[in-house]
Amino acid sequence: MSSLPEHNDFAAMYNLEITHAPDAGGHFGRFGGRFAAETLMQPLKEIEEAFFDAWNDDAFHAERLALLENYVGRATPLYHAERLSKQNGGAQIYLKREDLTHTGAHKINNTIGQGLLARRMGKKHVIAETGAGQHGVATATVAAMFGMSCDIYMGREDMARQMPNVLRMRLLGANVIPVDSGTATLKDAVNEALRNWVATCEDTFYIFGTAAGPHPYPLLVRQFHTVIGQEARAQILKQAGRLPDVAVACVGGGSNAMGLLHPFRDDASVKLVAVEAAGYGLTTGKHAASLAAGKAGILHGNLTYLLEDDEGQVQGTHSISAGLDYPGIGPELAFMLEQGRLTLDAATDAEAMTALQTLTRSEGIIPALESSHALAAGARIAKAMQPDQIVIINLSGRGDKDMDSVFKHMGWLEDAS
Amino acid sequence: MSKRLADVFVRCKAENRAALVGYLTAGDPDVTSSRELLLALADNCDILEIGMPFSDPMADGPVIQAASERALAAGAHIDDVFALTRAVRDAHPEIGIVLMGYANVPYAMGFETFAEKASSAGADAVLIVDIPPEEGHICDAALKKHNLDRILLLSPTSPDDRIKLACENGSGFIYYVSLTGITGADMGNMESIRSKVAHIQALSARASNHMPVCVGFGVKTPEQATQVAQFADGVVVGSHFVSRIAENSDHDSMRSAMLTAANHMRQALNSGVSGDNI
Repeated sequence: MSSLPEHNDFAAMYNLEITHAPDAGGHFGRFGGRFAAETLMQPLKEIEEAFFDAWNDDAFHAERLALLENYVGRATPLYHAERLSKQNGGAQIYLKREDLTHTGAHKINNTIGQGLLARRMGKKHVIAETGAGQHGVATATVAAMFGMSCDIYMGREDMARQMPNVLRMRLLGANVIPVDSGTATLKDAVNEALRNWVATCEDTFYIFGTAAGPHPYPLLVRQFHTVIGQEARAQILKQAGRLPDVAVACVGGGSNAMGLLHPFRDDASVKLVAVEAAGYGLTTGKHAASLAAGKAGILHGNLTYLLEDDEGQVQGTHSISAGLDYPGIGPELAFMLEQGRLTLDAATDAEAMTALQTLTRSEGIIPALESSHALAAGARIAKAMQPDQIVIINLSGRGDKDMDSVFKHMGWLEDAS
Repeated sequence: MSKRLADVFVRCKAENRAALVGYLTAGDPDVTSSRELLLALADNCDILEIGMPFSDPMADGPVIQAASERALAAGAHIDDVFALTRAVRDAHPEIGIVLMGYANVPYAMGFETFAEKASSAGADAVLIVDIPPEEGHICDAALKKHNLDRILLLSPTSPDDRIKLACENGSGFIYYVSLTGITGADMGNMESIRSKVAHIQALSARASNHMPVCVGFGVKTPEQATQVAQFADGVVVGSHFVSRIAENSDHDSMRSAMLTAANHMRQALNSGVSGDNI
């Protein structure tokens, strides 16, 4: 990629080359692809073309990076959590502070990119699915900023446990549509958004929230989130003078994980760890660990690991965090796992809740329950390492939205449900 | 093309009418009743589409979603789908049978096993909504080996290059989705459907693999079926039949409502006149 507008120490931090691209059909090895209904094939192709056209356009990046700097608040800090590291023992823990972005989670990196793409394609209406509500809030936010109308599909179950985000979306002017079908969680919200998009694709842009779905979404979402890992890589080199030994992220669909991990992929010395939601425990069947406990299958437009029964019926999942409560996983993570470039880990509901409190008390940072899974596993990994080693954990979002669940867990609020 | 499917269209052409293609989800509302309902519908159809229930039917509207949910809740398994297919085949040696569903069910079984079982149960073709021609590499060889046609969809958003792709990679017939939307939604403008179907028929005629074109996704009334039959080789009716199951509480009334609905559709196509007159 050629030069970007002058000013720009900020822009210089980012490498715009697309590495580890999928094949022309969007396949990462045997995973990925475009398993979509015929009606969506042409709209998906148009998005793919618009994406590559934009990605090769300096003006697109100039506007995108300016928004990331001045609206989102990037670069986010990489914070050396010294007290946590000391208490935990073992390696030094650094936190990538995506919780400090505008709207409070990494999701906005992607919605800025896709929102610009929607505008470029002349679409005036956007739709999205959401689980924890962070992607919904980030989509509603850019819709407000770009002056677009916005519908968000959200499982009724998730609406109940993430009410503050539902209200934020409404305040931002979005129409939040409850989804009752199936298990009334994230996978069903995706189904419903796809059903709507099939009918509206001519004037509607579907802002997909994670690095999954039909091609080009896994690639596009990854590229818009690589700012996370590219910043972290530059920041750790500056702060510690060396690369980390381990990089850790939680995975639901895989957007924050691809964002942090992808830029370290060619650094062979950096171990890449994805932390799945183990719910009540991997042996209980009540979890959302698609990579650890699933098998290859086809859902939501891509071939990937799925939690399903013997006959291919997709199973309900459980996680305390709505954002990880998804039976699939980004196809590229499935590919990286089979390639041996990804290490799997998992954290239970209880471990995540403990990690949330530990970080809050040791560093004065209240993390999202999703990110708390990465913190739980990351601290466990760090503990077994040496003090001169480094673990970077993606603190993908802040915990405000989860306060009701946490207060109930602490016994400070009566459980109304 | 399967001999049986080809014969269906030849027969209909000789009778100067469009083929009636009826859809029901296998196992809805339970396997025993489903058998009676499928047989009742088959009595009046030239081609029967037997839906394979799936947990996440992304291209279906509320009516067929509910059918999948009822079937799965009542314990329908993929082997029941094959057994129901066998039952229809035994009763109707000449009817065309298409197994319709989503990729993950046959993928979980393995396409080779799936195709073998589907074929030996008496199916003629397979329609997988979320396997476009580009992803045919995962199923085409297995289907071909077991002499199963692969029905491909086209839609109002399909440009000429995709129409050609479907003509080159599909077999049996082309399923034209009459609307940009999910099953059971309101039909689009009849004139634009007519002109798109004519265009597909023209492109298909130029392809080496000339296929009939059936139109579906929004056909709910005998009047609509009659109109579509003026220009299409076949008319697909799904949600309209499935609704007869949801609207009735006992099996006898479901079956008699199904027979009545199927009869009306059949008469509409036979007479070629507006449903107002029947």
